[in-house]
Amino acid sequence: MTYIESLMSTFSVDLTLRPTTFDLWHVCLAGTVVALMAVIILLLLLLLFSRSMNKTVAEPATVQPIHAQPAEPTVKIIEKIIEVEKIVPAPTPEPVVLKEYTPDAALQVLGLLQKEARFIDFIKEDITAYSDADIGVAARVVHDGCNKALNAHFSLAPIRTEQEGSNITVPVGFDATAIRLTGNIVGAAPFTGSLVHKGWQVTEVRLPKLTQGHNPHIVAAAEIEL
Amino acid sequence: MNSPIRPKYTVGIDLGTTHCVMSYANLASLEQDEFSQQVMPISQLTAPGTVEDKLQLPSFIYQAHAAELANGAAILPWTSKPQHLVGEIARNLGSKTPIRLVSSAKSWLCHSGVDCKAPILPPDAPEEVERISPFQATVAYLQHLKSAWQHQHPDAPLEQQDLVITVPASFDPAARELTVEAARTVGLGHAILLEEPQAAFYSWIEKSSKDWRKQVHVGDVILVIDIGGGTTDLSLIAVTENDGNLELTRVAIGDHILLGGDNMDLALAYTVKTKVETEENPLQPWQFQALTHSCRDAKEKLLNNMTMDVAPIVIANRGSSLIGGTLRTELTRDEVNSTLVEGFLPIVASNARPATRARTGLRTSGLPYAQDAGITRHLAAFLAKQQHATGELEGIRLTENATFIHPTAVLFNGGVLKADSLADRMMSVLNGWLQAEQAPPARLLSGTDLDLAVARGAAYYGFVRKGKGVRIKGGAAASYYVGIESAMPSVPGIPPEIQALCIAPFGMEEGTQQELPNEEFGLVIGEPVRFRFFASTSRRSDRVGTRLNRWSRDELSELAEIEITLAKEGRNAGDIVPVHLCAAVTEIGTLELQAVSQKDNSRWKIEFDVRSGE
Repeated sequence: MTYIESLMSTFSVDLTLRPTTFDLWHVCLAGTVVALMAVIILLLLLLLFSRSMNKTVAEPATVQPIHAQPAEPTVKIIEKIIEVEKIVPAPTPEPVVLKEYTPDAALQVLGLLQKEARFIDFIKEDITAYSDADIGVAARVVHDGCNKALNAHFSLAPIRTEQEGSNITVPVGFDATAIRLTGNIVGAAPFTGSLVHKGWQVTEVRLPKLTQGHNPHIVAAAEIEL
Repeated sequence: MNSPIRPKYTVGIDLGTTHCVMSYANLASLEQDEFSQQVMPISQLTAPGTVEDKLQLPSFIYQAHAAELANGAAILPWTSKPQHLVGEIARNLGSKTPIRLVSSAKSWLCHSGVDCKAPILPPDAPEEVERISPFQATVAYLQHLKSAWQHQHPDAPLEQQDLVITVPASFDPAARELTVEAARTVGLGHAILLEEPQAAFYSWIEKSSKDWRKQVHVGDVILVIDIGGGTTDLSLIAVTENDGNLELTRVAIGDHILLGGDNMDLALAYTVKTKVETEENPLQPWQFQALTHSCRDAKEKLLNNMTMDVAPIVIANRGSSLIGGTLRTELTRDEVNSTLVEGFLPIVASNARPATRARTGLRTSGLPYAQDAGITRHLAAFLAKQQHATGELEGIRLTENATFIHPTAVLFNGGVLKADSLADRMMSVLNGWLQAEQAPPARLLSGTDLDLAVARGAAYYGFVRKGKGVRIKGGAAASYYVGIESAMPSVPGIPPEIQALCIAPFGMEEGTQQELPNEEFGLVIGEPVRFRFFASTSRRSDRVGTRLNRWSRDELSELAEIEITLAKEGRNAGDIVPVHLCAAVTEIGTLELQAVSQKDNSRWKIEFDVRSGE
């Protein structure tokens, strides 16, 4: 009898029947059942909760631009919370939450890079046959355009303003997402090391709003000249 | 109307030939004597289905084909069905389909010889494309700006705010009237007009805050040079003193010169074209379009970075293969210098004049672009023509042998002059002229944002009108005349001589009117009567009633005819009513002509905007 089969049989069993023996195997089984029930209840509650949240965010259907920033009141669904559950024997499993964005904003950026910089054309082209000089000419189009698109839609700032290569001291309690330590990481903060890369952070995003009917999957329309 | 709602903002609209900009400031800051203003981001479609906020609204309209856009792709935050595609999207779509693109509507407004309310744009469109009039296009831009404002300020309707709209100083009375009428059509009839060079100067005053009084002095003559995308506009502002206070007077305006940054980009593109074109492979129209864009970017790089000598120019293939069909060439500093600096701002003597060719026939299908690209030659002509512009002002004396008026300071406006090499050339040419007449060099007044200054200055003007800060005295931009036939025995075959009768003098103040009770005309009821109409930007001493028997072509320029029809209103058709003329400069900055009955003082409006397109 496999685990699952035993589980199935546990469910299909007439509950009026009592086990004739009550050994360690049954204790484990009962424990697993209780844990699974708890997980299911938790999931249901979360689902209910997120539904009701979406309902309050849903807008009256008049004006349609879809905002890219989650802070806007007219936002459509921006993120879904996905629960990743592992069946762990631990009595109180901590739920791991991974954010997953809707692809709209990503598609939009792809479309902008294609429009301004011919990004997809360039990457998708087989460049093996071309000389470096030819590729260089096309790279100018891509570079100029990407620069234009980045400047138009994002504000970028370096995380550290010091010269790369200079010595930096990282204080206690530094932000580990903004600063990555590498190499000989031993001892305790403050750490001192050489700045290899100054880092980039986006300080502002200015993505265009999209109308309701707009299909962001079309990152470049086919063009037909009459 | 017994309790007018107090405006919350002063709003300035720069209704440009190629771009519109909107700026505003909260009037509450008036009490603190502070002025802090914002340029309003204007929501607009930038591509089908895409709405973005931009500081400039390109002045273009695209007349899309019914099948061209997907359902719901043209939506604005305030409407799901915009009447016209305005702004960035129009420019983008129009670059690939120029037959459907309406552009430069503003230049048409000041083009006598066409009826500005007739559907004539786009001029080269095939029959089935719906055309609109230059007037309708202006209405569409204003409507978009108004809606964008309303969307962002739902609690402060634009029709209740102080509103200033800028026009070129060289706009004639009819073009000004059309602009006001367009504003009235979208419910903004309270808007006040301000000349663009004046707006730029107000912006400079505002930017230098309290400091500006130290930078200009009594006796200064400030030359405002405004080179925009499509037009060049010149004005002179004199600084005098009255009871210890500085006084500013706009003493002269230039002609309407259709010459600007777009011409420069085009000139460069033609220069570069010869380098990439071969006989077997002439450039396609779309390639030339891309080349023009590319030249503009390359030009800006070269002009702003003195260490670069060559800027690459790339025309990408239209198909998805980017590497294969891409053309490459380069733009050199020498080419930029010879084409732009030498071509548009040549070093000429102060007695140089723009070349004019006799026009071949009447051009009604195209705009009357300037025939001489030498802006410095146009400037020389302007300064010489305005030599006596300050003649009546105290404290400003021209040296005796001067052949042109000597500006002592210069203020630039318009994107073209952001380039240092062009600005430097302009100053060195002007200072060369001044030096030749032993006059001190003119200094450059700096500190304004050359792209946004006009809108900012317009908003500031709303503030000035509340009694804060110095106001530039302007008044009528020219002297105006009607042509009347002189009382002479008629000679067969010779048209009767025309006299010009001055009906409004130069500088006539806003809110005043002048009547000519002694000049009586007999008007026939029910029949339209037309007058020839003239303007002069150099005759300053003429008063109302002055009759000119002869004048040089330089002095008076003929505008479109004006027309009056006496409605019957209880009178008999065919009756002759004796009237005299009356001219008023309104508070909003337009000229108003009326015929006044000698008998019962009833009045009829004389219309400017009936431009026949024959």
